[in-house]
Amino acid sequence: METKSILLAGVGGQGILRASDILCRVFMAVGLDVKKSEVHGMAQRGGCVTSHVRYGQAVHSPLAKKNDIDILVSFEKMETLRYLDYVKESGTVIINTEEIYPPAVNLGDVPYPKNVCEEVRRFFLSVKSVNAAALAIRAGNIRTVNMVLLGALSGCLHLSPELWEKIIDDSFPFKLIAVNRKAFHLGRGL
Amino acid sequence: MKELMSGNEAIARGAFECGARFATGYPGTPSTEIMEAFAKYPGVYAEWSPNEKVAMEVGIGAAIAGARAMVVMKHVGVNVAADPLFTASYTGTNGALVVITADDPSLHSSQNEQDNRHYARFAKIPMLEPADSEEAKAFIKRAFELSEQFDTPVFLRSTTRLSHSKSVVNLEKPLKVDDRTDIRFNAEKFVMVPMNARRRRVVVEKRMQDLRIFAETFPENRIEMNSPDVGIITAGISYHYAKDVFPEYSYLKLGMVHPLPIGLIREFAAQVRKIYVIEELDPFLEEQIRAMGIEVTGKEIFPYTDEFDPGVIEQAITGGGKAQRSLPEIPIPPRPPNLCPGCPHRGLFYVLGKLKVFVSGDIGCYTLSFMKPLEGLHSCICMGAGIGMAHGMSKALGEKGKGKVVGVIGDSTFLHSGITPLLGMAYNHSDAVIVICDNRTTAMTGMQEHPGTGFTLQGNKTIMVDIAALVKTLGIDSVRIVDPYDLKAVRTVLKEELARSGPSVVISRRACVLFKREKSFPRKSFRIDPEKCTGCRLCLGMGCPPIAWQKVSNDSGSATKKTKGKERDGVAVIDRNLCTGCGLCAQLCKSQAITEEKE
Repeated sequence: METKSILLAGVGGQGILRASDILCRVFMAVGLDVKKSEVHGMAQRGGCVTSHVRYGQAVHSPLAKKNDIDILVSFEKMETLRYLDYVKESGTVIINTEEIYPPAVNLGDVPYPKNVCEEVRRFFLSVKSVNAAALAIRAGNIRTVNMVLLGALSGCLHLSPELWEKIIDDSFPFKLIAVNRKAFHLGRGL
Repeated sequence: MKELMSGNEAIARGAFECGARFATGYPGTPSTEIMEAFAKYPGVYAEWSPNEKVAMEVGIGAAIAGARAMVVMKHVGVNVAADPLFTASYTGTNGALVVITADDPSLHSSQNEQDNRHYARFAKIPMLEPADSEEAKAFIKRAFELSEQFDTPVFLRSTTRLSHSKSVVNLEKPLKVDDRTDIRFNAEKFVMVPMNARRRRVVVEKRMQDLRIFAETFPENRIEMNSPDVGIITAGISYHYAKDVFPEYSYLKLGMVHPLPIGLIREFAAQVRKIYVIEELDPFLEEQIRAMGIEVTGKEIFPYTDEFDPGVIEQAITGGGKAQRSLPEIPIPPRPPNLCPGCPHRGLFYVLGKLKVFVSGDIGCYTLSFMKPLEGLHSCICMGAGIGMAHGMSKALGEKGKGKVVGVIGDSTFLHSGITPLLGMAYNHSDAVIVICDNRTTAMTGMQEHPGTGFTLQGNKTIMVDIAALVKTLGIDSVRIVDPYDLKAVRTVLKEELARSGPSVVISRRACVLFKREKSFPRKSFRIDPEKCTGCRLCLGMGCPPIAWQKVSNDSGSATKKTKGKERDGVAVIDRNLCTGCGLCAQLCKSQAITEEKE
């Protein structure tokens, strides 16, 4: 198969790196080559965080180029806009409708972008918006937003739920497995 | 067994597999995780040194004692460590010495974008450059072998993209390690006085000649022939970027970027019609290949600045601007990194910003306070510079500078390279005030231990240096300790110290809000009473992420109100999920609108 690309994007502290780790391990478990790339360090301090995940028979670059992402999973609503030029015209966009204000919005200098989901729908056919925070709270822990979104993403990937569960189980300490599984399934069920 | 590993984890794994049991370094993005991963393997010794120069010297000592030693740092760390390194190139190693330099194209987390391949040429040391995690693991083993075979320090160069990308690695069984350490006296080789160093200088040139011959048959310098129309000469992660977009071209992939295999390059050049040299940052390979009389295309089409990706390479070679796609045209507010909610630096830099003094800054999370709205820091050059620059500025300004110059530095940074400039300030009687922002850890790189924390890299209890006592011993008479969560106290102490003549030090002490070992306040979030809020915006001046401005629309009637005859156009609100309860904003509020949540 040709190499495919997924981009996870959001804000530092949302669990993006954990989610992309699990995603990579799922691809490895079905025998695919996989690479992912992200930036740590200063950028994490409340700034933008992205993780490129590329999978296929033999993957070269861990970074995708513009216009080449098959699925964008945006962990924050307005962050979606920042990466749309990476998404293929035929690509899928998954949007968490949560709003996390950047400093300029907090100070009242600029407004938070309006009608993000509607605008994205005007340009992409496959758009899924998710209130991941509400589902994470329903699962029992607000910090499982990343698993809700991973669940929503899994719905586009045609891999068995048992496989996802196994990798999720391996990724958390015992007492956190149930809540993360639940969050994953709430996201997947959308 | 297969494992998904970052480049950094793979370097640590490779070192362990090939029998290295000794490593030292200083934290710095993107290199930090190499030491953290290595330290967890059984039977190894791994330490954080106070700075990179010390790390290098520790590594040289271990190598002279016969160990396989690894020294780890980010690109600018090599600047700090350059002094011992350049002469260790003369002495050679006895055992093995591998120096990891993790460069940062695009300056994701650095103050400059220097290309450390130049250090290899400058110090006459071979350098390997892997392209992915599997190669990182393989190349570090090669590096140790080369170091022993040629009696030289060896560089392994990574970049942020290699260090922080993950890919599949085949784990191998670690080699059995025999203890090869011993005390061996050899003054002619290790005492670098001029008469000995002159002789070693000749040895260095002979070694470089031998390495050039070795490079010709080094299996990690390899030709992949495809179409003879185009040949690409590249190294490191750029190889994968190029393969992604031009799989049909021929490649000369260099695993060793110094010294270059001249014969192999000529052989490749003879087989292809047009050559591109693809490398991030400087034309390091390109200039040397051109000097061989080979015509290549390089920096005239590829950028000097920032990291590459497959798109950058495709665009440069095809020149084709893709048809502009139509996408939503909504302005996107920037999202720069910011001090965390509850960060203890915020209170200190809020006060510094209001004092209208020049704040000579340093490297750490607090550097971010240069931004609006805090604007409490006015320069940042390198680790340790906050103190030396404040002193220089204060001396140059003389009377004009009295009470106007402050230097700031973090605790880990102070212990890294702040002690000597502070000694210089005491010795030369400076009038500047130095603030040591002591958050009890190396926060920016992710909570690494240092000599002030009481623990080692491997988690053992150790001494905890008393910074106040150390500062006094250096000759600073006035040393004050303040809590940056107490705005009034910070303002008072800073004003008093600025009014004094002679050097003084203020230690602003509070643990990093993310540092779990030293949780420093009860976490109850604060709220703003919308009835009491006058909309004065004072609390927004903290730039704290949970505090946001909410416009009040006039037509909704009830929400607007007049305060002191002035109609407010909005109120401040606190996102309770983000608020950590530090209480700084409540100290600013003049109308007592901000209070702790009752739960």
